[in-house]
Amino acid sequence: MIAAMMTLTVLGSLLGLLLSLAARYFQVPSDALREDIMELLPGVNCGQCGYPGCGGAADALVAGTAAPTLCPPGGAALARALAAKLGRALDVSAGPPLLAEIDESLCIGCAHCGKLCATDAIIGAPKQIHVVLQEACTGCGVCVDVCPTECLRLRPQKPTFESWCWPKPALAGV
Amino acid sequence: MRLHDFRGGVHPPSRKHLSAGRPIESLPLPSRLHIPLQQHAGAPALPVVTVGQQVGKGELLAREQGVTSAPLHAPSSGRIAAIGEFTAPHASGLPLPTIILDTDGEERWAEREPPADPFALSPEEVAHRVGAAGIVGMGGANFPAAVKLSKARQAGVHTLVINGAECEPYVTCDDQLMRERAGEIADGIAIMLHALQAPHAVVAIENNKPEAVEAMSDACRHDARIEVLSLPSRYPAGSAKQLIQLLTGLETPAGGRGTDTGLLVHNVGTAYAAHRALRHDRPLISRIVTVSGGAVPEPRNLEVPIGALAADLLAYCGGVSDERARLLMGGPMMGQPLPGPQVPVIKGTNGILALTPDEIGEAVEPSPCIRCGRCVDACPMGLLPLELSKRARGEDWEGIQALGLNDCMSCGSCAYVCPSHIPLPQYFAYARGMLAAQRREEQKARRTRELMEQRQARFERQERAKAEAAAQRRAAKKPRTAVLEADED
Repeated sequence: MIAAMMTLTVLGSLLGLLLSLAARYFQVPSDALREDIMELLPGVNCGQCGYPGCGGAADALVAGTAAPTLCPPGGAALARALAAKLGRALDVSAGPPLLAEIDESLCIGCAHCGKLCATDAIIGAPKQIHVVLQEACTGCGVCVDVCPTECLRLRPQKPTFESWCWPKPALAGV
Repeated sequence: MRLHDFRGGVHPPSRKHLSAGRPIESLPLPSRLHIPLQQHAGAPALPVVTVGQQVGKGELLAREQGVTSAPLHAPSSGRIAAIGEFTAPHASGLPLPTIILDTDGEERWAEREPPADPFALSPEEVAHRVGAAGIVGMGGANFPAAVKLSKARQAGVHTLVINGAECEPYVTCDDQLMRERAGEIADGIAIMLHALQAPHAVVAIENNKPEAVEAMSDACRHDARIEVLSLPSRYPAGSAKQLIQLLTGLETPAGGRGTDTGLLVHNVGTAYAAHRALRHDRPLISRIVTVSGGAVPEPRNLEVPIGALAADLLAYCGGVSDERARLLMGGPMMGQPLPGPQVPVIKGTNGILALTPDEIGEAVEPSPCIRCGRCVDACPMGLLPLELSKRARGEDWEGIQALGLNDCMSCGSCAYVCPSHIPLPQYFAYARGMLAAQRREEQKARRTRELMEQRQARFERQERAKAEAAAQRRAAKKPRTAVLEADED
């Protein structure tokens, strides 16, 4: 009986040791989620989120210290994709998307804003009135801060014939 | 041909007696016409005229852009007053790019090629001429007719269905067209059969229009390929998919087209326009519009130049007698509520209605869904409107698509029978709009990524170019200094 107990004890401890060694030396770094998130992010390291590049943003998202809405160039579509990937609720209280607009009566053509735009959405030359292409603008607001005449503003988008849709019926119950 | 049946549907009061049997009258030419560049499914037309230019009647104003598009022609002679924005005949009341034509009243035709015998032309050429005349589906879908004809010929369609069902209440323009111009329609059908190379055509007319059935039967008697059928009246028998089901018992597959069943459906107005284009070389510049409703003193069927304002039509019919009247373009089931009378008639406009509050019914506050299932019985597409609206209310966009939102054609049968007065089609329209907005956002996110990558690549290119230029300068400098040193030696 003692022989049987000894055999089992030795066998158990040996296998346990083997398992703990395997866990230590064959460990796969668990950054599959981070890689998936890197796939979703724009990947140009613009730094508008406040983290050092898209890698830093992905780390913060995995760690849970950043909201899925952190990426201004990605817009609502990216926020939705990130929230779905991370299984987190999306805070959509932000209201309608805002886009940059230039007040042409105030623009002096200093050409500061165009250099900063991450999507080249601002067109203009020195001493010429600049204009924002709404199709390319992401509403990140970087240009607003550098404008010396405060002619750049973020404004809600006007509905167009293509973007207009019926409003949700405002009803008591259904 | 033995008739089959489609599921669901409703029997709204037809109220066609208001304008039925009234002969087609021409609207006096308005002094100004507003022709929106987007009157058809697909890309908007591109203007080829300039402001101030004199144009003849039927002259090309804007050409098609891309395959699915249609050209526009001058509905009358005159001067182009402006190319700008004008309110669209659409519930949003938003403007669309529009050509504004000041008519001179001369009705001077632009010089056009003399028409050739359409049956001597190749089927491709006939379809091309139908497209060049700017003909779009006149039943309201506004899909370019030439594209439909060529695609259907390639798909090997065996039967052309001419849709004279006109199941929408009030509207009688197709009825009157068939009564008065049956011979022209029959000729248009023969031309379309030639373009399709199809052996058989069926003219399908609801049995609440016996005069039209008789006129069409008389006109098609000489042509054995064309059969005229009288259908039982039930809304929405005039919808292409339901019409195909009535005639063949075949259901159009979800996401598919009617041509998948071997049939092609065209409106009677389209057949008439094809006759005008191929026999008389007249582009599509006018159409028959029913002006009706309880608030219209003299309901009429009018032949109207494209671009005339709804206000012009209403004024000719005695004005709007009730200031609370609601204006609609199209029928009461699927028509567009208009933002006001100052909107133009387009190629797909079959009716302008001014409905009194009595006709619309009192605005009843919707009450909660009692899950009676009447909407399920009424849905001609076999969907579950109550479940769809629940998803739309809860903004479950994946769920609503899984339940077949894309198959819904907004016929409004569900709302018509709902005892709780729930505006079901508005929920579906809202869901469609939200899904479209999501698709646009995703597209924009992809585009943003591309733009940022391109910018990054440009910076790298510039850096490289700078480094290369600096290296070249250094390389250029060295031999010169070497030479100088040699001189000093």
